[in-house]
Amino acid sequence: MITNETVKYIASLSRLHIEEDRLPVFRAELESILQYIDQLAKLEVANVPPTSHVFQMENVFRDDVVAPSLTPAEAMSFAIDQHSGHYKVPKVIE
Amino acid sequence: MDFETVIGLEVHLQLNTATKIFCACRNDFGLPANTCVCPVCLGLPGTLPVLNRMVLRSGMKVGLALNCTINTFVKFDRKNYYYPDLPKGYQISQFDFPIAKKGFLDFITGGQEKRIGITRAHMEEDAGKLIHDDAVNATLVDYNRTGTPLIEIVSEPELRSAQEAYDYLSALKLTLQYLNVSDCDMEKGSLRCDANVSIRPKGEEKLGTRTELKNMNSFSAVKRAIEHEAERQARLVFSGGSVVQQTLLWNEEKSVTVPMRSKEQAHDYRYFPEPDLVPFTLTEAAIAAVRGELPELPFVRLRRMVAQYGIMDYDAIILVSDRAFADFFEAAALTGVDVKSLVNWMNGPLMKELKERRCRVTDLKLKPLDLAALVRRVNDGTISNLAAKDILADIVDSGKDVDLVIREQGLAQVSDEDELGKIVDDILKEHPQVVEQIRSGKANAAGFLVGQAMKRMQGKANPKILNEFIQRRVMHV
Repeated sequence: MITNETVKYIASLSRLHIEEDRLPVFRAELESILQYIDQLAKLEVANVPPTSHVFQMENVFRDDVVAPSLTPAEAMSFAIDQHSGHYKVPKVIE
Repeated sequence: MDFETVIGLEVHLQLNTATKIFCACRNDFGLPANTCVCPVCLGLPGTLPVLNRMVLRSGMKVGLALNCTINTFVKFDRKNYYYPDLPKGYQISQFDFPIAKKGFLDFITGGQEKRIGITRAHMEEDAGKLIHDDAVNATLVDYNRTGTPLIEIVSEPELRSAQEAYDYLSALKLTLQYLNVSDCDMEKGSLRCDANVSIRPKGEEKLGTRTELKNMNSFSAVKRAIEHEAERQARLVFSGGSVVQQTLLWNEEKSVTVPMRSKEQAHDYRYFPEPDLVPFTLTEAAIAAVRGELPELPFVRLRRMVAQYGIMDYDAIILVSDRAFADFFEAAALTGVDVKSLVNWMNGPLMKELKERRCRVTDLKLKPLDLAALVRRVNDGTISNLAAKDILADIVDSGKDVDLVIREQGLAQVSDEDELGKIVDDILKEHPQVVEQIRSGKANAAGFLVGQAMKRMQGKANPKILNEFIQRRVMHV
């Protein structure tokens, strides 16, 4: 059973802000997803090999060869805020 | 009640590949901030990671060296958490199909052999580096380290003391150094260690509640942190309290453990298979090929060298403490030189020269054959120990031939009886009262005459021959 508290907890893990009046909407959606999973769990899968990826591909590698990185200007162009070549973010330690 | 400490260690090893784990940025330490970043390791939308072939290979090497089973099916998973050091909002790691599982490490602790189980070893990417800058009242982020390949090595909770943990770490580091997959430098952060610590009454099977210790930046800090934490837990239990499961940071300056803020402790990582990477299958042949490339590992080598050369554990431990040093010894031993003398010269004078120069034996011009020649010249009496040490100090840097240096510097001991005879006769004439003492039975008075003769010959006489010679002259002339 998904409760409003569960929705709040999942939202906090994902750093999402959800208004109190929207909680029942998400609760219902998560509930229906879980019901679908329950439905899948009832299927007979004893003879189906487990799938970990939807593509039937494996062993895709890259050789250990250096290619140019971004220039500092390019790297910093994504920064909302910066300081002496670093990305600057709100303090995460008191 | 007697308590025992139960310790499990998690070691993170940065691999020394040329590039990062999932992109072609340089994998290097100490470069200017954010100069080794690209759209992949910055986690920009629309980019895809591709596994570096060498990372899987190093992972296999580490797993095999730790006597693990290599999984023939390997996949990556996402470990989700939000923190500024992680640009994607998740770390690509391995959850249920790691590269290696169920192994062990043998080592010597407290003079005894000990085997500690290895739970698993898995591949993952490192996070960025955060700098908490009070001056700008913000956190600054350097993503150069993001995507550095890591192998995490998890031990079973089978270590029973801080000292054992220290010895396990030393043995693990040595094994990893033999593999040449990492710098293994704790100061640079290429080797990092977290410890899980709990206590339980002696004889109890059930594990106590554990705490996780982080932020130790040397093996001795790991040892001190474990000692401190085990004592803290014991005091807590004795005073009627109970241990709370939490993550603690070791404060080296104050020698205390401090709880991490609860906000940073949300251990709900919601792992799921990484959809951007397809799985990997390893054939038994590929695994066998990597196994075939492994060097002889330190513990096995230690055992073999003790048996093969008849040397002491103590000496063998020093020899194998650096792969190149042990290689040097074995190359020199091949010449058939007396092994016992060779060990003494390796672990004594040669080690001293290395420590003075803060370098490895491969950095020297000295070759194994040169050291063998030097030891041989000492043993056949050509040169004195003292002269040999001077020659060694010369040839470690110059790489000159030992016999050449002996001739050039005239260091050969004089054993020629004619030459000795002249000098000894002079000495005897100058000290008739000492000669009388010897004749009257004080044999050790000869020591003075040996010293006088040595002085005159600038140390180039063989003291044993000189002593015999003097005794003979005194008695018969």
